[in-house]
Amino acid sequence: MTYDPGYNFAYLDESTKRMIRRAILKGVAIPGHQVPFGSREMPLPYGWGTGGIQVTASILGPDDTLKVIDQGADDTTNAVSIRAFFRRVAGVATTERTAEATVIQTRHRIPEHPLTEQQIIVYQVPMPEPLFRLEPRIAETKRMHALADYGLMHVRLYEDIARHGHIATSYNYPVMVNGRYLMAPSPIPAFDNPKMDQMPALQLFGAGREKRIYAVPPYTGVRSLDFDDHPFRPIRAPHACALCGSRESYLDEVITDDSGGKMFVCSDTSYCTERQTAREAAE
Amino acid sequence: MSEMPLLSARDLQLHFGRIAALDHVDLDIWPGEVVAIVGESGSGKTTLLRVLSGMMAPDAGRVVFDGQDVLAMGEAARRNLMRTQWGFVHQNPRDGLRMGVSAGGNIGERLMAVGARHYGNIRGEATAWLKRVEISPERIDDLPRNFSGGMQQRLQIARTLVTRPRLVFMDEPTGGLDVSVQARLLDMIRGLVAELGLAVLIVTHDIAAARLLAHRILVMRHGQVVEQGLTDRVLDDPQHPYTQLLVASVLAA
Amino acid sequence: MSWSLRAEGLGKSFTLHLQGGVTMPVLRGLELSVAPGECVALSGPSGAGKSTLMRCLYGNYGAEAGRILLRHGDGVVDIATADARTMREVRRDTLGYVSQFLRVIPRVPALEIVAEPLMARGMARDAALAKAEAMLTRLNLPARLHHLPPATFSGGEQQRVNLARGFAPAYPVLLLDEPTASLDAANREVVIGLIREAKDRGAAIIGIFHDAEVRDRVADRLFAVTPLPEAA
Repeated sequence: MTYDPGYNFAYLDESTKRMIRRAILKGVAIPGHQVPFGSREMPLPYGWGTGGIQVTASILGPDDTLKVIDQGADDTTNAVSIRAFFRRVAGVATTERTAEATVIQTRHRIPEHPLTEQQIIVYQVPMPEPLFRLEPRIAETKRMHALADYGLMHVRLYEDIARHGHIATSYNYPVMVNGRYLMAPSPIPAFDNPKMDQMPALQLFGAGREKRIYAVPPYTGVRSLDFDDHPFRPIRAPHACALCGSRESYLDEVITDDSGGKMFVCSDTSYCTERQTAREAAE
Repeated sequence: MSEMPLLSARDLQLHFGRIAALDHVDLDIWPGEVVAIVGESGSGKTTLLRVLSGMMAPDAGRVVFDGQDVLAMGEAARRNLMRTQWGFVHQNPRDGLRMGVSAGGNIGERLMAVGARHYGNIRGEATAWLKRVEISPERIDDLPRNFSGGMQQRLQIARTLVTRPRLVFMDEPTGGLDVSVQARLLDMIRGLVAELGLAVLIVTHDIAAARLLAHRILVMRHGQVVEQGLTDRVLDDPQHPYTQLLVASVLAA
Repeated sequence: MSWSLRAEGLGKSFTLHLQGGVTMPVLRGLELSVAPGECVALSGPSGAGKSTLMRCLYGNYGAEAGRILLRHGDGVVDIATADARTMREVRRDTLGYVSQFLRVIPRVPALEIVAEPLMARGMARDAALAKAEAMLTRLNLPARLHHLPPATFSGGEQQRVNLARGFAPAYPVLLLDEPTASLDAANREVVIGLIREAKDRGAAIIGIFHDAEVRDRVADRLFAVTPLPEAA
């Protein structure tokens, strides 16, 4: 496929991509460690995935197949726009099917379909610092990471239990990577945390406004923080998907009318559609 | 009594421009010993505390804690000391507490920092320490910003002592408090120190507090230790002109 | 003759830096030796330096000249030169001091005040409290006061707390500064009994007794402390 000749392949110039790849390599070498990088102005505002887009742009090759999801859905504005962007500036193939993609850029979800060694998942990260809100001094958070001084993170979980009786953090749930670095998994639901552990795919994280990149290499231990007597539990709405009937997938609550009507459906639209198609085929 | 000082400083020197903040200061603290550093503001007391606890580097001199060179150790080792074997009680509780974290979380932080991972046990320990510092356990989930100054200071002490440090540095712990609140706090500190067998280095300009708490006193002036010895000896038979002035200035110490 | 406490060439003066550095000599060349089981009463006019001598012996005042030798454990300590840490150990194990006035510690009950030196010597808390209770009872301090801080006690009650604290640990050497000053006749008898028992177990005692009757009944000999001439 061809791309818009007004731009370099995948929008970024080659030296920027090299700079970002160096940051990615360093991130892979030190799993969970936040690597600063020279984040560029992108043709969309901060908060729309500028970090993830720069990472994707730097790793994309002409033969890649790109999938972009936003809260699990392929058809929301953000996902559609980013997909269109890369079709235009990189001419790459795009897909909505998880298994077909080689690069998956995501905002706030990990697909239900297990990822493989052939795939890379790129997370859009609004705030890479897990100690943010607990320790306002950036220099101090860096020292805490350097010294693995993470008692404070448990203080937050302690406060959760003290206030709510259980760990109420339900997204962006802090994890320890490779037993060394405390990491923010981006605002994915805690339900998705176990998928990060020993994942065969490479996981890359880009924060455009905060100018940080970090990574979890394939088959790396990712453990959600918890207490012995309050173990980590991935939480899911106790329903079956109203469309495909799944009892395993993460569900979104959808309001259907003005009188309190609602239903629960898979957040991962690709997964849900495939299941519906398979069921129709079987009938 | 053990044969080695817990903390030992030799020939500490530190200048701020032309002013000597520490002028050839030597100091030993033995296990279980409470040592007060007294002197007026600007005499170098707080600077000495900061240097001894590794928070500030002197121009010259040595500080050894339990065989380890404090000034040469890396930050990781120093922080580890700070959250296990040492404690630091600040004059202003805001400097020693997390004001946005509940009382229980404040006490639990040091436990969690050294690996405690059982919520029930952490909470139990926090409850016990609240009682010890005479704060109602019902306030365990309240934020310290809603506590009185005296309660905040008692909470800071609980938070500091929960991991049973061997040496506690205290910088004017009764500084900003009402006199009636001071007495209660001092008495509580006195009791805890004796009960836990802590070694304490307390900086104060309150001679009465020093008399109540300390086994031994160092009198500092212009960065020098001008007199030191048994608390009652220094206060009842002061030798140095400055110590005599200090003692004479106090109402019925 | 063997001795428990011995002052050799003891000298003490006070230099008052706030009054132009004027020096007031109080003791000079003082020689004193007390044997185990002996009670020595200091005599001399008021202001002669009896209390100063007691305070020097306790290490509360720094001796300026001479030595103050004390048998402590298996060795001998010179109080005139001992460091603060040694002095704490000496005061814990060997040397007791009963002053005229109790230094009140806020919020600490009488019982704890008396038990504290016992526990410092390693006695279990329960045993120390029991012994403190017995001692306070012997000194006729009403039981209802045992659990109260002595801040509000009368002078005589405070002194009895002080005496209980001083006699409970059975120190080998005891310094008594007017131990019966504010006591009634009955309690004076109790103190005389305590002093005699201490002597019987071999304690060396130095005391200032203004009460001649008490002095005559406990002291083996007098030691005269005489005022030094003014301009030294």
